Amino acid sequence: MTGAKIIVECLKKEKVEVIFGYPGGALLPLCDALYDSGIRFILTRHEQGAAHAADGYARASGRIGVCLATSGPGATNLVTGIATAYMDSIPIVAITGQVATHLIGNDAFQEVDITGITRPITKHNYLLKSTAEIARTFKEAFYIAKTGKPGPVLIDIPVDVQKGESDFDYPDRVDIRSYKPVYNGHPVQIERALAMIESSKKPVILAGGGVISANASEELRTFAEKTKIPVALTLMGLGSFPTEHPLHLGMVGMHGTMYGNNAIMETDLLIAIGCRFDDRVTGKISEFAPHAKIIHIDIDPASIGKNVSVDIPIVGDVKNVLKQFIENIPKTNTKEWIEKITAWKEKYPLTYKNTDGLKPQFVVETISEITKGEAIIATEVGQNQMWAAHYYKFKHPRSFISSGGLGTMGFGFPAAIGAQVARKDKIVIDIAGDGSIQMNIQELSTAVSEKIPVKVVILNNCHLGMVRQWQELFYSKRYAFTCLKGKQPDFVKLAEAYGAKGYRVSKKEELKKTLMKAFEYNDGPVFVECIVEPEENVFPMVPAGASLKEMIGGLA
Amino acid sequence: MSDKNQQHIISVTVENKSGVLARISGLFSARGYNIDSLAVAETEDPTVSRMSIVVRGDEKILEQIYKQLNKLIDVIKVQDLTTEEHIERELVLLKVNTASSNARNEIVQLVNIFRAKIVDVSKKCLTIELVGSKSKVDAMIDLMKGFGIREITRTGRIAICREAGKEK
Repeated sequence: MTGAKIIVECLKKEKVEVIFGYPGGALLPLCDALYDSGIRFILTRHEQGAAHAADGYARASGRIGVCLATSGPGATNLVTGIATAYMDSIPIVAITGQVATHLIGNDAFQEVDITGITRPITKHNYLLKSTAEIARTFKEAFYIAKTGKPGPVLIDIPVDVQKGESDFDYPDRVDIRSYKPVYNGHPVQIERALAMIESSKKPVILAGGGVISANASEELRTFAEKTKIPVALTLMGLGSFPTEHPLHLGMVGMHGTMYGNNAIMETDLLIAIGCRFDDRVTGKISEFAPHAKIIHIDIDPASIGKNVSVDIPIVGDVKNVLKQFIENIPKTNTKEWIEKITAWKEKYPLTYKNTDGLKPQFVVETISEITKGEAIIATEVGQNQMWAAHYYKFKHPRSFISSGGLGTMGFGFPAAIGAQVARKDKIVIDIAGDGSIQMNIQELSTAVSEKIPVKVVILNNCHLGMVRQWQELFYSKRYAFTCLKGKQPDFVKLAEAYGAKGYRVSKKEELKKTLMKAFEYNDGPVFVECIVEPEENVFPMVPAGASLKEMIGGLA
Repeated sequence: MSDKNQQHIISVTVENKSGVLARISGLFSARGYNIDSLAVAETEDPTVSRMSIVVRGDEKILEQIYKQLNKLIDVIKVQDLTTEEHIERELVLLKVNTASSNARNEIVQLVNIFRAKIVDVSKKCLTIELVGSKSKVDAMIDLMKGFGIREITRTGRIAICREAGKEK
């Protein structure tokens, strides 16, 4: 069998149903083998779009996303997408073509050392040297991407390796002597943690993306409800615990809720589950959770103790550890603590001045109302992302798809395409800004030709809003390079030029009607451009490097 | 114990594959850890290489180095040998000027005292080979400076843990 055919067989063994990619010279044998393989191939219009789409597919489905690009520029165009997946621990397998083995190192046409380039942004990567290695490598790559702390794996395959012949023998199991993730929490640590929880008066759970990747939302809810411990979320944790649950504390950190951040500053025990204490969550690290002991549960030992000192580390899959917790529910009495938090919630809710103009927050609230929290929300990065995080009422895990760690503008639209491919049963909406939507707008063509009914709501404030907000607050309103007034395309015409539907809303009264009409359209992508107030800010906010108690703005 | 300049010698066994050294050195540079020296070669098992890495850092940094190294798929085992009984050696080759026969005699005496070896002789220069602990190597180099050192090459330290203590 040829190498290319072996690759196709490997993908079938891994039950890959769709590949996002872009062909090229160094991929000709593989593309030819894929052509009539039965595996759906979605041709994106840029390799970056392919990587983000594979990522969005993985986030929405919990399965591994696969993207494909040719050697040289094809491979380097994947880099931002791979780094995005790496920072958020998303399992994708990226396959790149490479120049023939005898040309490697000669600066051949479209040659680039992609394994060298992606070494720091992949969980692992491979450069194949022979056709015989293909099957074992694919088995390992899919195993590594999905197990332990998930992440992207890249396989670089020279064109002669694709053409070469070998037997196809797919291994049943993987045994990598140097890679043995720990899945169960150590019983002694579990016991210590439970005792610490029992003795706490003001405990807080801080749940991150790890809860979602471990499919542990059910367990989280059970544990929180049985112990009556309130649940704060990181950006990546949104969706892991229902927004409207009485124990929900909202997102914490730089744009956290007042009550969430207050709770962090006052808690005596922080139970961190599948999060990594990013600086956007902690603010000034020396003043983070000053009164708290910390229990940290994570599959990745290196995440524990990296940024904050931890009292009880528990290495394990958070689903298993939470199950271990649930078997021995500690006796807690958080009545007074909950009362205090409830009072904060009433006093300092997330709010904005809902004036006559069209406010971006109102747009997100209306989307939330129309979809009843059942949609999958992708976002770009910046103000649009924070407003989506604040005002969409999430009900389910895997319903918030956003570049948390890397903060990649241009992520949301292709990721939404991937998510829609994975979840045909869901309305998928990309909440975008007028800046970031233009970073991968070429994927409109992909969505139109594949009839992928993604909804894109552009919050058009004619600015690169988040940077403008910082300039307003910290750089004397000198709006360096952030004003796009008069420099924008007509988004409605642009959508139509691609063969998509386009709507524009500038009045509050028209919003709901237009959105409903757009959400009902299912024959392809639709743009809804909302002309929102240009200088609206995301509040509350903690300035970079400040303590979480130094919150500004947005108070009722 | 929280001395930022505390030296540690870490023994890392890794898969003997191309690219592994780049993964390790890349990890150190990306995370800003300092390497004082690094020596690597195949072990008794040809599929495994051992790296001896001398690093500086306090406990917190060392813990991160340990964990980050373990996170690499190709890393089999990481041991901080500084925390246990171990043997450390370094090999140095140095060329020293021999301006006069007096100097030559003096150097030969010092070489004997250090149990070093002269491995190459020319009219104006001796090449000395010395194996020892870091302090021994440093002392020898210091003494030779007076004669004029032309060139030095050092392997960096390698280490292995002692079995004697473990057998008790």
